[in-house]
Amino acid sequence: MKNAYESLLGGKQGAIGLLVLAVLILVVFPLALDSFRLSMVGKYLTYAFVAVGLVLCWGYGGILSLGQGIFFGLGGYCMAMFLKLEASDPESTKIQSTPGIPDFMDWNQITELPMMWQPFHSFSFTLLAVLAVPTLLALVIGIAMFKRRVGDVYFSIVTQAIAAILTILIIGQQGLTGGVNGITDLRTLNGWDIRDDSSKLILYFVNAALLIGCVLLGRFVLTSKLGRLLMAMRDKEERVRFSGYDVASFKIFVFCLAAAFSAIGGAMFALQVGFMSPSFVGIVPSIEMVIFAAVGGRMSLLGAVYGTLLVSFGKTYFSESFPELWLYLMGGLFIVVVMYFPNGLAGLWESHGRKWLSRFALGNKVFGQSVVKARVMSPVKVATPQPSRELETTP
Amino acid sequence: MNSPAGFQAAKPVLSIEGLSVSFDGFKAVDNLNLYVDRNEVHVVIGPNGAGKTTLLDLICGKTKATAGSIDFDGRELSKMREYDIVRAGVGRKFQNPSIYENLTVFENLEMSYPKGRKVFGALFFKRSAEVIARVEEVAAEIFLSELLDMQADLLSHGQKQWLEIGMLLMQDPALLMLDEPVAGMSVSERVQTAELLNRISQGRSVLVIEHDMEFVKSIAHRVTVLHQGTVLAEGSMEAVQSNPKVIEVYLGH
Repeated sequence: MKNAYESLLGGKQGAIGLLVLAVLILVVFPLALDSFRLSMVGKYLTYAFVAVGLVLCWGYGGILSLGQGIFFGLGGYCMAMFLKLEASDPESTKIQSTPGIPDFMDWNQITELPMMWQPFHSFSFTLLAVLAVPTLLALVIGIAMFKRRVGDVYFSIVTQAIAAILTILIIGQQGLTGGVNGITDLRTLNGWDIRDDSSKLILYFVNAALLIGCVLLGRFVLTSKLGRLLMAMRDKEERVRFSGYDVASFKIFVFCLAAAFSAIGGAMFALQVGFMSPSFVGIVPSIEMVIFAAVGGRMSLLGAVYGTLLVSFGKTYFSESFPELWLYLMGGLFIVVVMYFPNGLAGLWESHGRKWLSRFALGNKVFGQSVVKARVMSPVKVATPQPSRELETTP
Repeated sequence: MNSPAGFQAAKPVLSIEGLSVSFDGFKAVDNLNLYVDRNEVHVVIGPNGAGKTTLLDLICGKTKATAGSIDFDGRELSKMREYDIVRAGVGRKFQNPSIYENLTVFENLEMSYPKGRKVFGALFFKRSAEVIARVEEVAAEIFLSELLDMQADLLSHGQKQWLEIGMLLMQDPALLMLDEPVAGMSVSERVQTAELLNRISQGRSVLVIEHDMEFVKSIAHRVTVLHQGTVLAEGSMEAVQSNPKVIEVYLGH
């Protein structure tokens, strides 16, 4: 019991941090935001899966993947294929020249459901595919790269190339994938309408709970010996190798885990937003996801969630007001964070926020109770401690 | 006179024969023969560029040999993967102390405990009483008992060297290879390290590369002088030091 407390919650500090996040996304957001804004947050939280995965594989494992959109996209496409098949029953597609197949196939003169799509009639197969397809691809990439000791910037470039290739492939195979528009007009999940407000709310909670589950799983990995090995490998790979470890297998594992997290995010995206398109697969979204993790703090699982929320909010706000400026702002933000705050918001919180908070708490002894509340209300400052004392690094 | 069993015991733990490696035509190690006996502290000396570190790289699998064989206790190391070589019982310390600076001394030692070396083994590895006892035992050997909770980057240079030796001891290797273990150490630390090596060479073989002749004298059972990738002389420290060829290429300078 105590073990679970330590390894999943990361002791008292970690438990408080997690609680704050849980209250924020499970209570505060649903109460404070209207359904439009809430579904926006729900969409952002699907990106947070990718950022949490990046903390594991980039922050701790030292593997900078610039192609996490691949896995987000594949997870999303698997889910979207199932939903699209359900939306394309012969009754509602009877005006097509071939009823019973997705509309975009009909527009592309395809007269029969392709083999690749057949198994996606089954929901249990789909759930399996959501996890298995991206993870297996990550396994193949991982084995090909890490067993040959391809690392650092070369690995990043290769992942970026794969993201570009996959985008081109999806756009090119219009009849199979819906091309540049993606798979749109998703309606029901096993007969349950996913478009109305009440089902969106349920999906929001499912998504939030899954995200917290991924954070817990990430904590478990990081507080295990494997987590310490990852850090050891990042600093002294040779020493780990010559201590009897197959370094590649650990890198492959953490890369696959990050891919699986991203895939869950992608599937939840398709469910909540109601479509999936190649614009979430390619280089730009993949790099955006790295920025989420960098801003939040690449050494902090919870920080990555806050980073995702904050940058996504910023993106929505600024791209509405100054559409041309946004890309420059994003690039500038990344440079500033990497150069001056390498541990992101979580690092700032560790070095300044906590001190500020304790001074605040001491000055207002009477309002001691309100401290927790104040933290809830200011997500920017609430970047949470690292999984355990042993894992802390000096910047 | 020699019974078969006695003959077995006399067989070297490490037999290197005809070992060569070339980098772009440059022969860093050239047709080298070297034997390390059981329970022996064998020191390799030689001028810079003689191929000493390359020799250790070849034994531990970091560099692949162009020709020749490296027989360790009946297993051919030159065809094995690095981690399999370690698991077979060869531990190697690098020239610069190579420790995990972000982890504590305890965690550094624990990393080298030979359990949980596979992905899922590491994921479900438990810090059992057995592990803790072993870490404490090794920490006592390397003079770091008091510093188990200290972050490793705060150790002095000499303590880092000891820590790395300790990490190797955790694996209880049959052959321990140390690349310049006293580099950057104070005089008193050198004396302590010599004691440490004499102690840990009980029941295992130690292959050391070192420049410090006083230190070599205090630990070596046998000395091999390398020059241009090949063996120039071999024997006791005294014999080697009085060898005119050795004086000419190395000690004379």
